[in-house]
Amino acid sequence: MRQSWVVMKKELSGYLNSAVAYIFFTLFLVVLSFLFFRVYFLVGVVSMNEFFNMIPWIFLLFIPSVTMKSWAEERKSGTMEVLFTMPVRDRDLVLGKFLAGFFFVSIAIALTFIIPFLVSITGNLDMGPVVTSYLGVFLLAAAYIAIGNLVSSFTANQVTAFLVTVVVMFVLMIIGTEPVYSIFPSAIADIVRNFSLSYHFQSIQRGVVDSRDIVYYFSIIFLFLFYNVRSIESRNW
Amino acid sequence: MNVIVEFKDVTKSYGDIPAVEEVSFELQKGEILGFLGPNGAGKTTAMKLITGYMPAEKGTVFVNGSDIREDPLLARKSIGYLPENNPLYTDMTVEEYLNFIAQMRGVKNIRKAKDSAMEKCGIKSVGHRIIGHLSKGYRQRVGLAQAILHDPEILILDEPVNGLDPKQITEIRNLIKELGTEKTVILCSHILSEVEAVADRVLIIDRGRIVADDTIENLKEREKGNSIFVLEFLEEEKNVAEVLKGLEKISKIDQISNTTFKITAAGEKETGHQLFKTASKNKWKVSQIYLESNSLENMFLTLTETEKEEGDR
Repeated sequence: MRQSWVVMKKELSGYLNSAVAYIFFTLFLVVLSFLFFRVYFLVGVVSMNEFFNMIPWIFLLFIPSVTMKSWAEERKSGTMEVLFTMPVRDRDLVLGKFLAGFFFVSIAIALTFIIPFLVSITGNLDMGPVVTSYLGVFLLAAAYIAIGNLVSSFTANQVTAFLVTVVVMFVLMIIGTEPVYSIFPSAIADIVRNFSLSYHFQSIQRGVVDSRDIVYYFSIIFLFLFYNVRSIESRNW
Repeated sequence: MNVIVEFKDVTKSYGDIPAVEEVSFELQKGEILGFLGPNGAGKTTAMKLITGYMPAEKGTVFVNGSDIREDPLLARKSIGYLPENNPLYTDMTVEEYLNFIAQMRGVKNIRKAKDSAMEKCGIKSVGHRIIGHLSKGYRQRVGLAQAILHDPEILILDEPVNGLDPKQITEIRNLIKELGTEKTVILCSHILSEVEAVADRVLIIDRGRIVADDTIENLKEREKGNSIFVLEFLEEEKNVAEVLKGLEKISKIDQISNTTFKITAAGEKETGHQLFKTASKNKWKVSQIYLESNSLENMFLTLTETEKEEGDR
């Protein structure tokens, strides 16, 4: 555990010491605000729904850019060998990298708190759904990061890691949308939908925190972190 | 003396290609072992097996008497490792990097350990610089500092002077020699002179198998090791070839010019001595006698080549 913390600190300062981090934060906030307020003032309903509907799709491009490097870079530069020959458990390394990515993205998410604040100035905003939705956003980000880190562990090429992560996330998103799950026979459709990241996100967004959604996200995070440990264990090629 | 590293019938292959085949050897505490072999012979794989980066397929690797599979973390604690190509986090400063390594390794007094490693490796002056901006020689020192930071008993260096200029090579070599006085060192290289300069014992590996394992002194005197001497005279001498043919151990005499002979002989010291003696006995006007190619070098080539021929068959 102590070592996960050390890895987390190193990774996080690696993120924050680079100018790209600040471009990332700015771009994330600007793109989200623009897309949201462009419609917000046209519709004229005091609600953050549109904002939270957009988040999963915005994450689709932003989060892979955070995770693509995590293992791919280590593999490419050979530093994996330094890392794995230290007295440290593989799971501590995986956890450290996951936490670093999560904290980094959490900073970006926290910056968007300004948006509900601005909205609440324009009218009477119901804060309940906003708070639960943010909980959903953090959980979704964590799941995305676990997925992205796993994908990154399979390759030494960051671009490959980025693209494959986008594809995996995209698939896990769209199986929760009606046009996609409805093509399955109704018996399976419900199961398919339940596996999707978007279905559970929408469920939380409604303002009710259901333990099933929480359990779902934690299972996804655990599952992908578990496979991440397995994937870096099998480095004998 | 006690055994600190032991390989017991270790095999490891990548797919169908064997990288290390039934390799067995022991390393005594305090020894400097040169691990020599042509590129792709399995040196790096063997190092990766000791450091626990990869598991062996068959056989067992013991570090400090315990099977590394049983407690990999314990074995890693006593090993300092400089991997091939010296991978580093190039966007960190030297101090940040060493701090990270020290924290990961759970070094107790980080300040002291860092100072001492930086001092030994001569990188105190570049502590605040970003690793990516350093010259290759300095980076190599940072890699070495990383390897000795936790004061390990065993130091494994994989091609530590690869790609350095001659001055840097000498510096790193001296550093390794110095470290070798207090640690057990395994030095991997495909260049013989490098191993010869620092190692007590040499292990030659080819196509995943050990083809020789002995002290440098013993290897030099081996039958297979041919050294080539060049004998030059001031003026043409008579009967040189005839006289030399009578000497022991000399296998071939080539006359290159009227006054120059090339002599191929087994062993090194004995033959050199014999040549001097014979020359003075016959009152030859010798201008110079020198060793054109070292017996170890030739043996290295012969050993690794014959193996290849056998493999081709």
